[in-house]
Amino acid sequence: MNASTHAVSDRLYRNRRVKNAIALGLSGLATLFGLFWLVWILWTTLRTGLAAMKPSLFTQMTPPPGSDGGLANALFGSAIMSLGAILIGTPIGVAAGTYLAEYARKHPIGEAIRFVNDILLSAPSIVLGLFVYTLVVRTSGHFSGYAGALSLALIVLPVVVRTTDEMLQLVPSTMREAALSLGVPQWKVTMQVLYRSALPGIVTGVLLALARISGETAPLLFTALNNQYWTHDLSQPMASVPVVIFQYAMSPYDSWHALAWAGAFVVTLFVLLLSLLSRAILLRNKASHD
Amino acid sequence: MAANSSAITTTITAAIVDADRRNARDARADGAFRWIVTAAGIFVLLALAGAALSMLWGGREAFSTFGLGFLFSTEWDAVNHHFGALVPIYGTLVTALIAMIIAVPVSFGIALFLTEVAPNWMRGPVGAAIELLAGIPSIIYGMWGLFVFVPLMGEYVSPWLNDHIGALPLIGPLFTGPPLGIGMLTAGIVLAIMVIPFISSVMREVFLTVPTRLKESAYALGSTTTEVVWDIVLPYTRSAVIGGIFLGLGRALGETMAVTFVLGNAHQLTASLLMPGNSIAATIANEFTEADSDIYRSSLIALGFLLFIVTFFVLAAAKLMLRRLSRQEGAK
Repeated sequence: MNASTHAVSDRLYRNRRVKNAIALGLSGLATLFGLFWLVWILWTTLRTGLAAMKPSLFTQMTPPPGSDGGLANALFGSAIMSLGAILIGTPIGVAAGTYLAEYARKHPIGEAIRFVNDILLSAPSIVLGLFVYTLVVRTSGHFSGYAGALSLALIVLPVVVRTTDEMLQLVPSTMREAALSLGVPQWKVTMQVLYRSALPGIVTGVLLALARISGETAPLLFTALNNQYWTHDLSQPMASVPVVIFQYAMSPYDSWHALAWAGAFVVTLFVLLLSLLSRAILLRNKASHD
Repeated sequence: MAANSSAITTTITAAIVDADRRNARDARADGAFRWIVTAAGIFVLLALAGAALSMLWGGREAFSTFGLGFLFSTEWDAVNHHFGALVPIYGTLVTALIAMIIAVPVSFGIALFLTEVAPNWMRGPVGAAIELLAGIPSIIYGMWGLFVFVPLMGEYVSPWLNDHIGALPLIGPLFTGPPLGIGMLTAGIVLAIMVIPFISSVMREVFLTVPTRLKESAYALGSTTTEVVWDIVLPYTRSAVIGGIFLGLGRALGETMAVTFVLGNAHQLTASLLMPGNSIAATIANEFTEADSDIYRSSLIALGFLLFIVTFFVLAAAKLMLRRLSRQEGAK
């Protein structure tokens, strides 16, 4: 090999090394870019939200502009509508997930449902709000907490369907066979063997769904609307933390802005704690299986 | 003796009858259970179909009044009851496009970093942190955008863009405008931050499905990490990567709250990305409760129907492309 080909291959090699180093450096920068926004957004919420926190947040009603108040009615409304959504969405979701995993695993209808469910999972939530508006609000003639809970339930549903389906598919088929060979009817196998084994996964799915709906605003705007006062009557319009945040943040009043930040802080903290909790459940479950 | 044997026979018969009865009961319960779960499964199908049909029904007045012109008219006049969807459609597409231009390369970088570059101890925590970004409610993005990001855009970024890029030919007009802070560009950037975790987590997952044998063969031939990713990993996962991008696009198109805060709710068609605009979701969120006539409300629901159809096809394409890789995986 003479000197010139050596030089050429050296240069080629160096060029490739440099290109590689630049690309890998850029990938590191991209990751820093992503983390940068995360830290910035969380830091803003934490700092501004903590500064606006006060005990009266949990005891007083949402105030008119200029006067003092809290978010008690909105927190209560959010809690009760989220609970309603979970109570509606979970049983239907678990049942549908069971159908997919146990009765229609390779069936075309099962495939179709799985496909539609995945689309429902990422469908724009405002569209679900419009759906419930035409279905419930328009026919009943007024906004209500029921409509709000129902629109949130439509967001819970696909999450629970997906996790139930996946978790049941992970249950080893030897377990089904063992139970069936003892003469246990299939519904009992499902209820007492399969659900028990898939329970941590399903609970995680429900927690994730709860995390998603507790910050959800768009579908509540024209289903539950808003309410300045305390109400536990689900057939009345109901306040919720995200909708109040939206209304207050868009207003020109500083006192409303402070309340909106306090609400944002509470919601973010709740959502992050839920996702940590669900992660912990999954990890513990994985550890006990190993 | 005879009495004894007949007693045994009765007991056995009773036991058989009992077992038959139990079998019948179990069969009935099994049937009922099957019926319930099937109904729940069908319910999921109906929910999506119901959503589409109810919006088509709700928007029928707008569609029949304005016809196809609804799609191409820029008018949005609540007083004279003239509504056209072009401005919100344009805003939705432009903000989603800006988001994709930023989010796709960044997500690819993150996926590359987390699968090939980062040391093992770093992959879990950093990956979880990026996914945390997906867990933050969109209203928080909106508030942060309005109170923190918009002032910065108005004070520093917009003037800089005006001075340095605004004078360029072709792309110049895109970046000239008043330093308002709110507008298409701001909305696009906030959307990009929101969809990065979705796209990067899909990319990361599919990159991990590439057989180690393939990658090791390339490394053994002397390839650099970049070459392995570009020539082995990407071609192997191409359809799923595009599927992940479409998934992010579907999210960006339908995102409501974050966009509503920073887009400015202005029904005007401008070339400049620094001007306020409107998107389908933001228009509905801002105006639905204020809609004072049937045709106004119907036009908003018709907008929702359009959004639903577009996101349906984008998400369906995403699913089909993601499925292609898992089929390929399953066939092995």
